[in-house]
Amino acid sequence: MNLGERLLNGDRRACARLISMLENNDLEAVNIIKELYKHSGNAYVIGVTGAPGSGKSTLTDKLAKEFRKRGKKIGILAIDPTSPFTGGAILGDRIRMNDLTLDKNVFIRSMGTRGSLGGMSRAAWGAVKVLDIFGMDYIFIETVGVGQSEVDIVKIADTVLMVMVPNLGDDIQAIKAGIMEIADVFAINKSDLEGADRTKLEIEMNLDLSEKKDYRPPVVKVSASRNQNIDELVDKLIEHRTYLEETGKIVERRKKNIRLEIMKLAEEEFLNLVMNKAHKGNLFDKLVDDVISKKLDPYTAKDMIMDFIKG
Amino acid sequence: MDRPIRVLVAKPGLDGHDRGAKVIARALRDAGMEVIYTGLRQTPEQIVQAAIQEDVDVVAMSILSGAHNHLFPKVVNLLREEGVDDVLVIGGGVIPEDDIPKLKEAGIEEIFTPGTSTKDVVEYIKRNVKR
Repeated sequence: MNLGERLLNGDRRACARLISMLENNDLEAVNIIKELYKHSGNAYVIGVTGAPGSGKSTLTDKLAKEFRKRGKKIGILAIDPTSPFTGGAILGDRIRMNDLTLDKNVFIRSMGTRGSLGGMSRAAWGAVKVLDIFGMDYIFIETVGVGQSEVDIVKIADTVLMVMVPNLGDDIQAIKAGIMEIADVFAINKSDLEGADRTKLEIEMNLDLSEKKDYRPPVVKVSASRNQNIDELVDKLIEHRTYLEETGKIVERRKKNIRLEIMKLAEEEFLNLVMNKAHKGNLFDKLVDDVISKKLDPYTAKDMIMDFIKG
Repeated sequence: MDRPIRVLVAKPGLDGHDRGAKVIARALRDAGMEVIYTGLRQTPEQIVQAAIQEDVDVVAMSILSGAHNHLFPKVVNLLREEGVDDVLVIGGGVIPEDDIPKLKEAGIEEIFTPGTSTKDVVEYIKRNVKR
């Protein structure tokens, strides 16, 4: 049996191996996904994002357990940063999810960002397809701890859950552009701590200022470590899904994301093509030297690469 | 293909001392490896399932409680039962010299005892990964 058939048969090792191969740009895996793509489309993708230490992993663990209670199969992609210097990484999100490891209806995979910015791993798009074909009902993607502008999760998730914690910054933080704008559901984690009500109020006030739409992101106070209010949060996530499905907005959203995905794939391939050519005959190195010594400027260097490629 | 080596660093058994495991994890990270750190008190079953899901090249375990003769071979056997034959299994911790031959016979391919330089561990892994 080949890897693709094994994946369809629910073979966990095949699932794991295919994700690795996609992470390593292995064409064989890409070809398998091409063939099996028609089997995808059942899974619903929930992005979990928020600041470092806000409790994303612990909350993902609790959410997965609640969805398991409701009979759903769960895939989890847990992303942690790769060192830009060595390429190494410590992937530590599983520590909070050890109880789920032996559940045959849960599949957890840790991924390094491997150079991607935006809080995501480039291979996450492929890994979602593998888990979808594998038969998962819900796929959680836990981003790296984000700051203010890592919003790539919105390009892959059907629902974005923003995990906040009390007492991180004042109400100005809540009205800035960036990650606050991509949330479909807010969770205020660690809400047993003082300040949770104020944080909730600040987010609600910010939402009051948004243009009136037929969907308003709910703000749910939870405590992941104390397992408080997790069922309510799951209800809110499902309500968002229902809203998207009933209004047909799910199709719009996925269309937009597929458009971005195809563009990104083409962009990567195109850039490789261009740079491979530019590197031939040391053209690229020469141009860099010329820009350093002010014989050229970066814009002219770019023009010269383009001229070279056009022949 | 140029890809990072993936290593599961795990603490089977009940002792709560993970300083050594963390030092090793950090050294492997600095050597360009992806280290999946699973934390304390893992059962052999959990370690094996995590190793499968994470598709690791290496399972590196640390024990300071003295339960190595039981737990290390159990992990190797469970991996075999699952049909996993391309993973390098190594161990470390406070392990008496006398126990090492038996552990190696049971399929733990190398044992690192206190005083080992992290460089040696990195080198060993790079030389011995199976794929």
